[in-house]
Formats: sequence, structure tokens, C-alpha cells
Amino acid sequence: MSILVLAEHDNQSLKPVTLSVIAAAKAIGADVTLLVAGHQCGEVAEQAAQVVGVQKVLLADAPAYAHQLAENVSQLLLEQAQGCSHVLAAATTTGKNVLPRVAALLGVNQVSDVLAIEAPNRFKRAIYAGNAIAQVESDESVQVLTIRGTAFDPVAATGNSATIERVDSVFESADVSFSHEALAKSDRPELTAASIVVSGGRGLGNGENFDMLYKVADKLGAAVGASRAAVDAGYVPNDMQVGQTGKLVAPELYIAVGISGAIQHLAGMKDSKVIVAINKDEEAPIFQVADYGLVADLFEAVPELEASL
Amino acid sequence: MKLLVAVKRVIDYNVKVRVKADRSDVDLANVKMALNPFCEIAVEEAVRLKEQGVASEVVVVSIGGKACQEQLRTALALGADRAIQVEAPDSPDALSVARILAKIAETEQPGLILLGKQAIDSDNNQTGQMLAALLNRPQATFASEVKVEGEHLLVTREVDGGLQTLKLTLPAVVTTDLRLNEPRYASLPNIMKAKKKPLEVKTAEDLGVTVGSKIRLLGVEPPAERSAGIKVGSVAELVEKLRNEAKVIA
Ligand SMILES: Cc1cc2nc3c(=O)[nH]c(=O)nc-3n(C[C@H](O)[C@H](O)[C@H](O)COP(=O)(O)OP(=O)(O)OC[C@H]3O[C@@H](n4cnc5c(N)ncnc54)[C@H](O)[C@@H]3O)c2cc1C
Ligand SMILES: Nc1ncnc2c1ncn2[C@@H]1O[C@H](COP(=O)(O)O)[C@@H](O)[C@H]1O
Repeated sequence: MSILVLAEHDNQSLKPVTLSVIAAAKAIGADVTLLVAGHQCGEVAEQAAQVVGVQKVLLADAPAYAHQLAENVSQLLLEQAQGCSHVLAAATTTGKNVLPRVAALLGVNQVSDVLAIEAPNRFKRAIYAGNAIAQVESDESVQVLTIRGTAFDPVAATGNSATIERVDSVFESADVSFSHEALAKSDRPELTAASIVVSGGRGLGNGENFDMLYKVADKLGAAVGASRAAVDAGYVPNDMQVGQTGKLVAPELYIAVGISGAIQHLAGMKDSKVIVAINKDEEAPIFQVADYGLVADLFEAVPELEASL
Repeated sequence: MKLLVAVKRVIDYNVKVRVKADRSDVDLANVKMALNPFCEIAVEEAVRLKEQGVASEVVVVSIGGKACQEQLRTALALGADRAIQVEAPDSPDALSVARILAKIAETEQPGLILLGKQAIDSDNNQTGQMLAALLNRPQATFASEVKVEGEHLLVTREVDGGLQTLKLTLPAVVTTDLRLNEPRYASLPNIMKAKKKPLEVKTAEDLGVTVGSKIRLLGVEPPAERSAGIKVGSVAELVEKLRNEAKVIA
């Protein structure tokens, strides 16, 4: 058995979620090759080589891979996956975009968003907005898996010195090109990696009121998330959505403010260790999962919370 | 340009599904079913492209048992022109669905194929990407804006870091995200009209695809239940508990 893992990075640094994917690979128990595909991403390969549990780093450095275009990266993965028993990527928007293409080219189904490895071909994953956990067994010739980062404790980022091998193949589709991007900039911790998350919902009423949450977050060193309703209403950008169809978070502490607790929202945060809900409606379903519930008007409670931290 | 839209019959998004007592699967008996919300967004986008004069025809396809004709009728009521049901067992696997859709695309020759980013039952998020790979065409997943410019498509995608815009050459595959549009409600006259729109039935065998997956469901279990905790009476009490009981803040 050997496992090919697609590294998640921004051409400058390796994203922490990759450490969780390596942890999943180690649970499968075979040699791990980490593929760094990008442009001017030599530094990422250096970091990747230090990750504990990685036997070999493959570095494919070409403009065609600069933006992780699925058409190009999937062909590269297909080439490099020859002879591999498993191909893994994080269940992030990058992994979800690229990996099903690899699966289709290999003629297999993908097991999406794996949250437990039971055996090299037996996995657990959430279905129906997390209302059921399915156990599946795969007889596919190759296991193509996306991994839920929050479900696996990351391996150590340093302590290893794997060999780095260059890959010269360049796959470049003429039918797609990167146009532009608008990436959110924030000095706060990354939502899916933060140990404290403060999230706001429709109850916040508008985007300016999120400032109250940013202030609390800054005192706690927390990331800020949101419900779909808050994103749809334009209070905050899409990258802050937590839920079944947004980001999955599992921090030590999740504070839900003005969020009712729809199943789609719960699917994204109910694995948090401690949940706090602040809501003026004592019947709000969020209280059914909250360790500490405060029935209060958020416009009074949140400034008070900030002041007492 | 013809548009092809793949739609799936799934559990209504308001329903909280339960695991069967024998844990063999989830219990879908007497559960309200609906058009997958992301597919509804895909249909809406296609209909808008037709209304803008960019597209000439909107064809919707669903793969599954006869009951999925209900969702095809919903799509027709929303403005699609014609429907194809491909008879197959319910909840076919993603690769089989992608293979069937690829066969249909070969005959229909759509300029653009729209799918939901995710079916809210399987939560797979893979069919559109697979279809694009099988057709060897470009893809834009998680779309929040789609603009047709001649032979090209400009698509803005919702990615973890923010928004990314890609330029694709048609034909292409697009999967929809929540912010792409707000689907309309079907009006009663349109629901009536939809009953008369053409709905063709094919089988997977007709298309030369054997539906079946090498991934077997061994069983399902309910998620770890969280027991509701306590209500605190004040912010001061909350902070005290978080500090001294839960020990999650300093
Ligand atoms: C296909 C699909 C996918 C979805 N995916 C997601 C997803 O990924 N993530 C997600 O979050 N949702 C998702 N949703 C939406 C979900 O169903 C809910 O609509 C959404 O989560 C509601 O957001 P909310 O709790 O902010 O708003 P609401 O349900 O409107 O709740 C607002 C809450 O704020 C409280 N409130 C109002 N004012 C105050 C105040 N002054 N003080 C205190 N409390 C106050 C109210 O009591 C209420 O409980 C999805 C839906 C669909 C159909
Ligand atoms: N049985 C099906 N029939 C038609 N379309 C489907 C079917 N299954 C999945 N799809 C399409 O693929 C999208 C993504 O589904 P999935 O990859 O299963 O999450 C859905 O939103 C549909 O557009």
C-alpha cells in the first residue's frame, strides 16, 4: 500500500489542515507521499518535508498549478497516483474541487468527508447534515478520500526530513484560466483551525453590528463565523459561513450569538467541545446543543461580555 | 445554446432524518421529499439564462425511481422546457450518475451543464466534478455568479479563502452554491402547464451504464448526542462558568 496526499497551501505555506490529512493517512498505515503542486512553491515543499509521517515530497512547480485549477491538478494526481492504494486530500473547497475529478478518471467513487478510518478500506462519514454517521466499505481498486480536518488530530509539523523529488509533468488545460480573486484578509485565526469561534446570525441585524463580535473575538484570540442567514443578508462574506454547506469547525469553545440553530448550522459546529448560545428566544433550538445558554438580548449581553473579558 | 440541469430528489431540508432501529440505514418512510435545494438554484439559473436570451432550451434530468418525476415536474414548473427521467434504483452512486449524465450530454450536446454543488442527503459534493472529468470539460464548482460572454463563461466561486473567478470555454460544467440566486416559487398556472411539458423516460441500460457501486453501506449510527447543558442567568455567571468550570477561557 502507498498513499498519495495532495498538500493544501497558498504557494507560500503549507496549510495546517494537511497535517490532519497526514494523520488520517497514518491511520491507514502505509507510506505517505505528499504532492505539492503550485507555482514558486519551493518553500512549501521544504515545510512539507519536515512533516512527521511523510516519506517523500513531490514538488510540481509550474504556472499551470498556481491556482490549483482542478483540470490541471487532477491530471497530475492521476499520473502520480499510479500504483497507489489511496489518494487523499482535505475536504476543503480545494480538495472537494479537485479530488472527484481524479476519482472519475480512475473510474472509482470517492468517499467524501471521511471522519474516521476503521480499516484501510472501511471508513465513517456523516450524511444528512450530520444526522447519521455512515460506515462504508469500499472494494474500489483505489481509495479516493477527502478528509474532514477537524476529525483528525494533526501530526507534528516539524521533526522530519523527507526527500523532495521534482516532478516535471505539466498539465495545462486550454479551456480554463484563472481570472481574479478577492480573498478575505484577517489578522484573526483561521476559522477552521481556531480554538475559539464566535459566530453571529441574523439576530445581529446588520454588518456593522458584527463589530461587537470582532471585539469579543479579539479579546479571546478567536475567529469569527456566521450563519447562512447572516451571509445571505450580506452582513459578512461567504468564507465565514459555518454549516453543512459551509465550513466545519470543532473548536474548544463555540459562541453562537443570534443564531437559531437550524440543522444545517448545527452540522457545522456541534462537534465543538463547549458550546455557548446567546439568544433572546428561550425556545431557540440552539439551546438544545448548548452547554451554557444565556437567554438575553445580544445587544446588551455581547458588550457586557466584552467588558468582562 | 442548450442547457442541461441535473436534479435530485432528496429529503426536504426541514426534516431531521432518523436512523432506523436496526441501524441498517436512515428511515425515509413517510418522510417529505423535495427537489435538492442546490438543484433548485441550478434550475433557476438556467431559466434566467433562457429569459435573458442566452439559452434556447432548458432540459432537466433526474436519475432514480419513478418518484423523481415529481421533482422533474417541479423543475418544469419553474421554467424548464423538457425533462428526462433515467430509471435506476433510488440514490444511485455518484460515478454512475456522472456516467449517465455524460451519455445524455453526448446526445443532447448542451453548451452548459448545471448541477447542485451537493445533494443534501449524501452530502457527497462530487457528481459535477466527475461529470466534467468524464466529458474532459472545464468545471466551475460552488458558483455564486455566472456570466456567459460569447464562447466563454466567467464564474465566481465561493472558496474557503473568499471568492475566485475563473474563465471557462464552453461547453462547461457548473455547480451551484447558495448565493447564486434566489429561486422563484412556481405559480399555479405554471404548475398546470408543467404537467403537459414533455417528460421522457429512459433506463440506465438504454444508455449502456450499469448502475452500482463498489462502496457498500455497512450501517449507520446516530451522531453522538449532545445533552443540553444549563441556562445561565447573567453574563457574569457565563464568564465565571467558562473560566472555572469549562476552563476554556483565561
Ligand atoms: C441547502 C441549504 C443549506 C444550508 N446551509 C447552511 C449552512 O451551511 N450554515 C447555516 O448556518 N445555515 C445553512 N442553511 C440555512 C439554515 O436552514 C437556516 O436558515 C440558517 O442557519 C438560519 O440562520 P440564523 O440562525 O442566523 O437565522 P434565524 O433562524 O433567523 O435566527 C435568528 C436568531 O436570532 C435571535 N435573535 C434575534 N434578535 C436577537 C437579539 N436582539 N438578541 C438575541 N437573539 C436575537 C432569534 O431569536 C433567532 O433565534 C442552509 C439551508 C439550506 C436550505
Ligand atoms: N440521482 C441523481 N439524479 C440527477 N442528478 C443528480 C443525482 N445525484 C446527484 N445529482 C446531481 O449532482 C449534484 C451533486 O450531488 P452529490 O455529488 O451527490 O452531492 C446534485 O445537486 C445534482 O445536481
